[in-house]
Amino acid sequence: MTDRHDPLLKVDGLSLSYQTRLGEVQAVRNVSFELARGSALGLVGESGCGKTSIANCLMRLLPDNARLSAGRVLLDGQDILPLAEEDMRLLRWRRISMVFQAAMNVLDPVYRVGRQIIEAIETHGVESTDTAARERVARLFRMVGLDPQLMERYPHEFSGGMRQRAVIAMALSCDPDLMIADEPITALDVIVQDRILRELKAIQQQLDMSIIYISHDIAVVAEVTDVVGVMYAGRLVEMGDTSDVFRAPAHPYTAALMSSFPSVSGERRPLTGLPGEPPNLSDLPQGCPFHPRCAYATDVCRTQYPPQARYGSHWAVCWHPLDATMAVQS
Amino acid sequence: MNTPVPVGPVPTPESGVEPGRGRVRFVLARLRLMWRSFRNGWGIFMDSRIGMLSLFTIIAFALMAAAHPILMAFVWDPATYDPVTGYSFDQVEQPAPPSWKHPLGTDPLGRDVLSQLLYSTRSEFVLGITAALVTVGIATFVGAVAAYYGRLLDAFFMRLADLIIALPAISLLIVLSALFHLNLFYLALIIGVLGGFGGTAIILKSQALSIKVKPFIEAARVAGGGHFHIIFVHIIPHLLPLALLYMMFTVTSAIFAEAVLSFLGLLDIRMSWGIMIHTANTGGYLLGGTRYWWLIVPAGASITLLCSAFYLAGRALDEVVNPRLRRRND
Amino acid sequence: MESASNTPETPDTRAAGSNASDGEPLVAVHGLTKLFPVDGGPFRKPSSFIHAVDDVSFQLGHGESLGLVGESGCGKTTVGKLLVKLFEPSGGEILFRFTDAPAVSSAEAPWDAAAIRGRLLRSFRRRVQMIFQDPYESMNPRRTIYDIISEPLSVQGMGDVQYRVDRVLEILTLVGLTPAGAFLFRHPHELSGGQRQRVAIARALVIRPSFVVADEPTSMLDVSSRAGVMSLMQNLATEMGVAYLYVTHDLAVARYMCNRIAVMYLGKVVELAETEELLRNPLHPYTKALLSAVPVVDPGRRRLAPDIRGDLATPIDPPSRCRFYERCPAATEHCLNHPHPPMEEKSPGHFVACYEV
Repeated sequence: MTDRHDPLLKVDGLSLSYQTRLGEVQAVRNVSFELARGSALGLVGESGCGKTSIANCLMRLLPDNARLSAGRVLLDGQDILPLAEEDMRLLRWRRISMVFQAAMNVLDPVYRVGRQIIEAIETHGVESTDTAARERVARLFRMVGLDPQLMERYPHEFSGGMRQRAVIAMALSCDPDLMIADEPITALDVIVQDRILRELKAIQQQLDMSIIYISHDIAVVAEVTDVVGVMYAGRLVEMGDTSDVFRAPAHPYTAALMSSFPSVSGERRPLTGLPGEPPNLSDLPQGCPFHPRCAYATDVCRTQYPPQARYGSHWAVCWHPLDATMAVQS
Repeated sequence: MNTPVPVGPVPTPESGVEPGRGRVRFVLARLRLMWRSFRNGWGIFMDSRIGMLSLFTIIAFALMAAAHPILMAFVWDPATYDPVTGYSFDQVEQPAPPSWKHPLGTDPLGRDVLSQLLYSTRSEFVLGITAALVTVGIATFVGAVAAYYGRLLDAFFMRLADLIIALPAISLLIVLSALFHLNLFYLALIIGVLGGFGGTAIILKSQALSIKVKPFIEAARVAGGGHFHIIFVHIIPHLLPLALLYMMFTVTSAIFAEAVLSFLGLLDIRMSWGIMIHTANTGGYLLGGTRYWWLIVPAGASITLLCSAFYLAGRALDEVVNPRLRRRND
Repeated sequence: MESASNTPETPDTRAAGSNASDGEPLVAVHGLTKLFPVDGGPFRKPSSFIHAVDDVSFQLGHGESLGLVGESGCGKTTVGKLLVKLFEPSGGEILFRFTDAPAVSSAEAPWDAAAIRGRLLRSFRRRVQMIFQDPYESMNPRRTIYDIISEPLSVQGMGDVQYRVDRVLEILTLVGLTPAGAFLFRHPHELSGGQRQRVAIARALVIRPSFVVADEPTSMLDVSSRAGVMSLMQNLATEMGVAYLYVTHDLAVARYMCNRIAVMYLGKVVELAETEELLRNPLHPYTKALLSAVPVVDPGRRRLAPDIRGDLATPIDPPSRCRFYERCPAATEHCLNHPHPPMEEKSPGHFVACYEV
């Protein structure tokens, strides 16, 4: 057993921008977080907040126009950003794997589903013989709740939920230490969503794997993660223990995000939602980028970026945290 | 009932239409929009080097066509230079090689080749553009109607198209020209009708099918739009860019078909590039190799150049019309 | 008909709206059925059918909002499209009673959807509109916002250009796209998803219909615009007295938008009740499963796994027994040997189709 106190993943001051026709777009700005072995981290925010860019950065699957301007990504203490592409290829799938949102595009329609996973296993040298690889895939299929006989089917014969499970099985095929799930269940029906989330949770505990969930749905993140980071305009604005963050959000953005989701249980709270439009990344307002949409904004918010402060088990970047009494002198 | 919203009275369909100040402002705004989208498209077209080259070639030929009547009226003596009835008395031997008086020489019947070339350019344009307009007019309508109504109408038009494609066009034209006296206009009409009910209709129909299933067609139906409204306002405008593209290709095939038929001497036309080569051929000068090059090269090169210019301009337009083909230059 | 939600932000006007009609529903659906042929062609007779909607009945009061909830493929969108006459039903009838519409034949007779054609269809389109799911695909990208919103007015030949411009400016302001003039000549691709869906709402409401089918209008929107679009639809419904059929896969959204909820499974309505009653006291095993599958933000709460087996069955020529039989935790021999259970009123206003309740 490795030392549990050493974080598996340490992201330190990561900044990422894209060169576009309209100029440089800063997608990720100075993001730092740690992820312990065997724990689940959630990244939430509106679309365009930079959460998927972080995932692509961890997998080193960045488009040509992306530029990493600063930061380190340490996996077990090793910075993976300067690695050569060949070395990175060894890390991908074996150490870090990813479940994409569009499961349809990951599976090749002309090959049997089982064959594709066996191929992935063999190219990464996890199993040497075909039989061993086949057995491994059968085991993975059972783990994600698919009948191993479905290995012989083609992707188009799978339903959306089955396809997503097959993609999860593929991501698990090389025993990764870290799995990144980018909106893994967004397009699926609630009952299927629930099953896949439960299976992922069980597998994570069983394999002592770390997972990063990327989702716009805070309810999903609230249920399956231990730590959550809320992103706005490329920055982490609040981060901490999931239960604490959602019980007593300090950043007004977190609170606004929570109140824009209707809920089936409990009292029927009025939906307030977020006013205005998501920020334009190439032209952010001065000071706190959230101030044009924030109900608590004052002059200081319009001019200066707020400092990071700790509130109990979480921290936030805000001049006017919601529950000032929560602030712990740290 | 509920308190009415402050919305004006709902008028009956019969309420009078009076042109107000709104209309002028309105038309201006629309013209501005059209100008803007034209400028965008033009920008993309200009990026294509081949497109610009073809455009210049087409313009050069257009200038040639325009030059002929001017030259005939002010510079050239009709008795010598008329492309059909002229005769160059100053030459000892016909055909005469290029000289100062006859920059491209004379043909076996003593007529000026340059004059013939310029005169024919105009007919080639008229032929190509008429055929293209007829083709695209028919194909757009047939494609839209077949896709929109489907079923029997679709089956009928598509089988008709299959039939026309299966017929070898040139052979059919040869048979038709034996039966009727085909002049330039009828030839354009026949090529147009064959193209319009043939392959172009199938291509535009498949495009129309992809438009027909878009939710905005359903939205237009819910708004109360009839079949006519949907076909002309929502489907056909989406076919026009592709139709424009096929217009270019039709011009190419029409000029080419005319050249072949004229070469075989089957058309009731006074003068054309095809006839120029035909004249050279009937005099036996095609067998003379490069010795009598001025009888063949000007007309042959013009056919090749103008055909490829229209074709390549079409390819460049394709890039304007079809964003997926555009090179990413960011 | 009673308004379901007594929460403070639901204005009483809506309850008044539904009371005003006293048992004369705006829409009455009886035994609605829609079959899609699976293997037919233009010249071949199909042998098997997708039972998209199978014997569905419900009523919808004036100014009321009914949620149609179910998983993808359950036929909820098909019901919506049948109600706006985008599809013709294979069986059953739909009756409309518009308070402001001229009688079709005899006085007081409702409009039978099957008989609405020609001039009557145009008149119908003025009273029934639809909001589509996809704000990107439901607008012609070549047309301007003015063209899109004024389309119902212009195809119906209502007013002159000046009148239409005024109406469009007015409705743009109402849906929160201000300054309205700045949006008039924009194209849809210049707008964000939330703004586009506001345009879609404006298009549906510009003609002031009595009834609007909303097909998952918020499901493709970003988190931030969702709540805004939902409350906008609610406010406009109350102000204009519009009745909604709100098609959604999300029970939580339905809770906020609807007075009553009908749960659909494989072409059948399996449970129908007032919103809070359905959420607090679900009777059908499918409703229970659906409800327990919805994730909640409440960090202290652990949900139980939904009690349901297997995956969605195929809607192609299903057997006549209860549609939910294969997945039902409470299924018995009785369920196997009997036809699909009829809708029964278990408590006032709470209907459920299950033998074991």
